[in-house]
Amino acid sequence: MEVVVSLAIGVLASAGVWLVLRPRTFQVLIGLSLLSYAVNLFIFSVGSLSIDKEPIVRAGLTPDLVNYTDPLPQSLVLTAIVIGFATTALFLVVLLALRGLSGGDHVDGEEERP
Amino acid sequence: MTGMWSVPMQQLVVAPVLLPLATAALLLLLGERRRVSAAALSLASTLAGLVLAVSLLLWVHRQEAPAAFGVYLPGNWPVPFGIVLVLDRLSALMMVLAGSAGLAALSFSLARWHRSGVHFHPLFQMQLVGLYGAFLTADLFNLFVFFEVLLAASYGLLMHGGGGDRVRAGLHYIAINLVASLLFLIGVALLYGVTGTLNMADIAQKLSQVPDSDRGLLRAGAAILSIAFLAKAAVWPLNFWLPPAYAAAGAPVAALFAILTKVGVYAVLRLWTLGFQGSAGPSALFGGGVLVWGGLMTLAFGALGMMASQRLDRLAGFSVIASSGTLLSAIGFNAPALSAGALFYLASSTLAGCALFLLVELMERARQVQLAPLADDDDHLPDFLDAEPPRDTNLDDEEEALTGRAIPAALAFLGLAFVLCALVVAGLPPLSGFVGKVAMLSALLDAPGIAAGAAAAPTLFVLLIVSGLLAATGLVRVGIRHLWAPQNRPSPRLRVIECVPIALLLAACVLLVLRGEPALTYARATADALHQPQRYIDAVLGARPVLREFTAGTVERVAP
Repeated sequence: MEVVVSLAIGVLASAGVWLVLRPRTFQVLIGLSLLSYAVNLFIFSVGSLSIDKEPIVRAGLTPDLVNYTDPLPQSLVLTAIVIGFATTALFLVVLLALRGLSGGDHVDGEEERP
Repeated sequence: MTGMWSVPMQQLVVAPVLLPLATAALLLLLGERRRVSAAALSLASTLAGLVLAVSLLLWVHRQEAPAAFGVYLPGNWPVPFGIVLVLDRLSALMMVLAGSAGLAALSFSLARWHRSGVHFHPLFQMQLVGLYGAFLTADLFNLFVFFEVLLAASYGLLMHGGGGDRVRAGLHYIAINLVASLLFLIGVALLYGVTGTLNMADIAQKLSQVPDSDRGLLRAGAAILSIAFLAKAAVWPLNFWLPPAYAAAGAPVAALFAILTKVGVYAVLRLWTLGFQGSAGPSALFGGGVLVWGGLMTLAFGALGMMASQRLDRLAGFSVIASSGTLLSAIGFNAPALSAGALFYLASSTLAGCALFLLVELMERARQVQLAPLADDDDHLPDFLDAEPPRDTNLDDEEEALTGRAIPAALAFLGLAFVLCALVVAGLPPLSGFVGKVAMLSALLDAPGIAAGAAAAPTLFVLLIVSGLLAATGLVRVGIRHLWAPQNRPSPRLRVIECVPIALLLAACVLLVLRGEPALTYARATADALHQPQRYIDAVLGARPVLREFTAGTVERVAP
């Protein structure tokens, strides 16, 4: 499972970095989203990957990291998702405003001169 | 006496965050129609925040050395688990600076800027929430949340007033800060993975116990985290976004942003001195060389940029870069005397940078009087020169009576203010920039054992002097062009409410010189405390939740 998760993080992050470096605003937006997915998966994975160990204490099972997964990264991911979603939505609005003002979708508001 | 004082003041530590938050909520309820009451509420709240910050600073400074901390547990959870807010001398100083810059920028904006777009006041208050919170929190993830609050508000404020330039600069600014925030998250996650805690004091304590197999991961986490802060602090080569963004922002917004780069500097200073002192074992002083040389490159870049810029607003942006380069390289030497000088310089350069950004607009206006109105289709501001009464509500007429008075001798005021500002920014005698620089220079001379390499200390010494010369040259050239060369020019109309904040900021710089000894004593005490992180760690980890005794005799936690 570690291999699958790290591959997913790597693919998302590299695609995101490539897209963020592109000159079109929409590509940058998608790149930022992909990067934030990669980061969210990464945060999730620092709390040790485990299957069927939800962090809800059951009777008779000592509450430690052997029997349960770490709940803190999950709550961190939740916060990071909310904040990332909001800021990405804000970026989308600015993107549309720039498109309206400049008439193009280049990140600098004008095409590069050859 | 202290017993009577300490309990309520301890509770007041959270107030600088709550006050602007409640004000922002009220302002949203008030809506956009009632401008006068919104402006009055916003101004009163910002003033109260500054008074609160100053009283917290005095309170924390009056404490004896080991107890110079105000620890507040917002959820009343035991320490490593719940969020902690910690007030020490450094955070109190930063809060006072943020409050001063905020108050000056807000009162300046009341002349006309707050009318040039929607939701100016709520965004402004949220910016203050983020600033105060980032300076107070002692929890790494909470720091991220306050950074995001601060950044989200700054996105809105940067584009306040609209127009193609602002939106274009805003798009770049948002994209860069989103990427920096993602790096912040990766760094926090790595540090959590290695140390298993998010409490800064707890992390600092556990750093020395990290096994060698995890040390690479720990250093990677710290380095990635610091990239996020350094991008915020505008270190070279992560600072190309700053001059266009600050030049595009409206004057009061840019003045408030003068404190934003200092947030990055603050975060580096706080975490690096907390975690990577001598007690950190093999990782002691990790990254010090990067801070020193990165800061030196930034200082050189900022000074050259000031020389090269033709426009006053870009010059002000480069002066912010130069000051944050000075601070970072001085911090990186890890010498208490040098840090003390840097802290004094931080205070004076923040106040002067804020005043300079406000002056930029007034000087541009003085030039526009001569050049006739610019045919700038991006300018959606309510026209100031025509002074035509705004149409929206009749309430605005009262405000006109309050703020619309033009001051006499406007050109003389502009000239004097600009000269004072230039003296502080360039670090020339007799103003506070000079005192800060001399404190740093003498620390560099006095301490032969200053660590980070033989070449770095002389380089910083020379660069501090040369950058002052370059800054002075750039500022003098702009001053000649704007104030001296034009002949027989009609005087610009400046409003009282625009000039008072500039005068107050410069008066604060003068006060820093007149009361230089107490100010330097404070800076020294701050630097000493920063270089003995064990005090901070003990104060945070020693905090206990408030307990309440029930009549039955059982002791329970007070419900959060």
